[in-house]
Amino acid sequence: MATQEITYREAAREALRAALHNDERVFLMGEDVGRYGGPYAVSLGLLEEFGPDRIRDTPLSESAFVGAGIGAALGGMRPIVEIMTVNFSLLAADQIINTAATYLHMSGGQFNVPLVIRMATGAGFQLAAQHSHSLEGWYAHIPGLKIVTPATLEDVRGMLPTALADPDPVLIFEHLALYNRKGQLVEDAGPVDIDRARVRRQGTAVSLITYGNSLWKCIEAAEQLAGEGIDAEVVDLRSLRPLDDQTIMASVRKTRRAVIVDEGWRSGSLSAEIAARIHEQAFYELDAPVVRLCSEEVPIPYAKHLEEAALPQAEKIVRAVRELLGT
Amino acid sequence: MTKASTASSHRDREHHLSLLKQMLRVRRFEEKCVELYSQQKIRGFLHLYIGEEAVCTGLMQAVSADDAMVATYREHGHALLRGIPMNAVLAEMYGKQEGCSGGRGGSMHLFDKATHFIGGNAIVGGGMPVAVGYALAAKLRKLKAISWCVFGEGAMAEGEFHESMNLAALWQLPVVFCCENNYYAMGTALDRSESETNLLKHAKSYRINAQSVDGMDVLATEAASHAAAKWVRAGKGPYFLEFQTYRFRAHSMFDPERYREKAEVHDREQHGPIKRYGEQLRELGILDDTGLNTLEAEIAQEIQNAVDFAEAGQLEPVASLSRFVYSEGAAS
Repeated sequence: MATQEITYREAAREALRAALHNDERVFLMGEDVGRYGGPYAVSLGLLEEFGPDRIRDTPLSESAFVGAGIGAALGGMRPIVEIMTVNFSLLAADQIINTAATYLHMSGGQFNVPLVIRMATGAGFQLAAQHSHSLEGWYAHIPGLKIVTPATLEDVRGMLPTALADPDPVLIFEHLALYNRKGQLVEDAGPVDIDRARVRRQGTAVSLITYGNSLWKCIEAAEQLAGEGIDAEVVDLRSLRPLDDQTIMASVRKTRRAVIVDEGWRSGSLSAEIAARIHEQAFYELDAPVVRLCSEEVPIPYAKHLEEAALPQAEKIVRAVRELLGT
Repeated sequence: MTKASTASSHRDREHHLSLLKQMLRVRRFEEKCVELYSQQKIRGFLHLYIGEEAVCTGLMQAVSADDAMVATYREHGHALLRGIPMNAVLAEMYGKQEGCSGGRGGSMHLFDKATHFIGGNAIVGGGMPVAVGYALAAKLRKLKAISWCVFGEGAMAEGEFHESMNLAALWQLPVVFCCENNYYAMGTALDRSESETNLLKHAKSYRINAQSVDGMDVLATEAASHAAAKWVRAGKGPYFLEFQTYRFRAHSMFDPERYREKAEVHDREQHGPIKRYGEQLRELGILDDTGLNTLEAEIAQEIQNAVDFAEAGQLEPVASLSRFVYSEGAAS
């Protein structure tokens, strides 16, 4: 099948364009999505193509425009709300957690909220503590939300249509470092599931369980380890809520060792949740305790060397695996 | 106070009596709720609307079938007058599955899809962006529906109020912002909460047309609501109504009311909306003891039926606890 070289950013844009073409109920709103062309240029050109009603610039009012997305969804539209970054989503946490996640349940099943929220996440650009959060695992704590983290071109192209077809709120987290990532994507790429993990690299010695931009750090680490004769498997979670226990456990049962790599912090975290599940479901099949590689427990610092030290890196993953295997 | 028309026509008389009955219906329902709360039939938070009945009664006269309403946690009256059966409202407070939210919401989260009643929101200001969004959908879909956004004056200190007002004005959305100013945000008096106590100025700063209404006068609230609805339905953008009212009872059943004088409450009760309107209708010869007794009897019967219904209701099996976290079946 014909493929094209494309960036993650362009694949995200193609997903938006297709959604806007396919369903007149779909519209995009958020800060600078229109005239500015999108804070990360994802929506560049869409204003000209679809007009200001459907590519809707909002004021810096995260709570109001996320809540308005909820209301518009209840009113029969299929809004895609873009929050510039996860850091600013905290200003809309009330709407996401108290409203979007609760209405279906509180109303006894009457009011589902078919809302898609996209936001950039992650660190690595010397943006310091207030622009470097990785809070997707924290949102994954909330029943009523679905949390997805496209790391590949196929996923950023294909998760949006599936999220839009979902009757409930779906949060899509796009790691900042991925936007410029290039690769080949089939020309007729379409929807993909949003509830299963994928094994991105087969291996037998250890399972590297990760998501988002850390996927590529794990792949890099796995390649380096392969040179040392260590065959690592890499599991891309893709969905943080629901978590695909089946795929995680199948991998761990095969390799008998797990390293969880998560750009979020360690305490009370997604990595803790996964480790607990592995212990609950596959304890007797483990050859070693689960290892976690997370961001250091500091607000992410500005200085480059400190920021790098604070985040999981391929080299740290390699070291962690070597230690785990005693090599 | 707004003068009732001379009630020449039968239709006018019927309408006046209907307004009185709607207010009485809310009042008597709330009084029953107090009783049921003390019997521990109703638990959790219970926020009574007693004293404020003219507001929801007046504004509901201007609400059309397709309109949406987003209300607060003090929303029993709105729910009843919007058309949610009293049986379903009371069963909800009992936590029974026959309740209008299946027993999952309780007093603060009455919902009803059929009447576009989108809650019952218990986060102060939290419903406002939702009301704005519903109006956005109506506008984009070119529907006639408008959005009624009910909130208390306490919400005006919240960021969500300002964000929502700005957005609605910026996008010229069909929203009627209905501020029920009962002068106390829980226990904090208006002048201890707002640097500018003239609430219309807040609305006008967003270039939103605004009007202040005597919220204890049902004819005034009705007329103002019709005027606001006419404005909004004509596509002229949002409208802000301040209903100046007063809560005769505590904020919730846990409120010891240390923040206001009993004399103040007593004084306001003397000018209560039902009392005033009832007296006015008597003067006009529309209401007499027999008429009032008939209304009261009808309401008492409805309430008794609702109590019987709620008592007989079923508790949802615990096995279905995890329903409605995510939708069941295909995308809607």
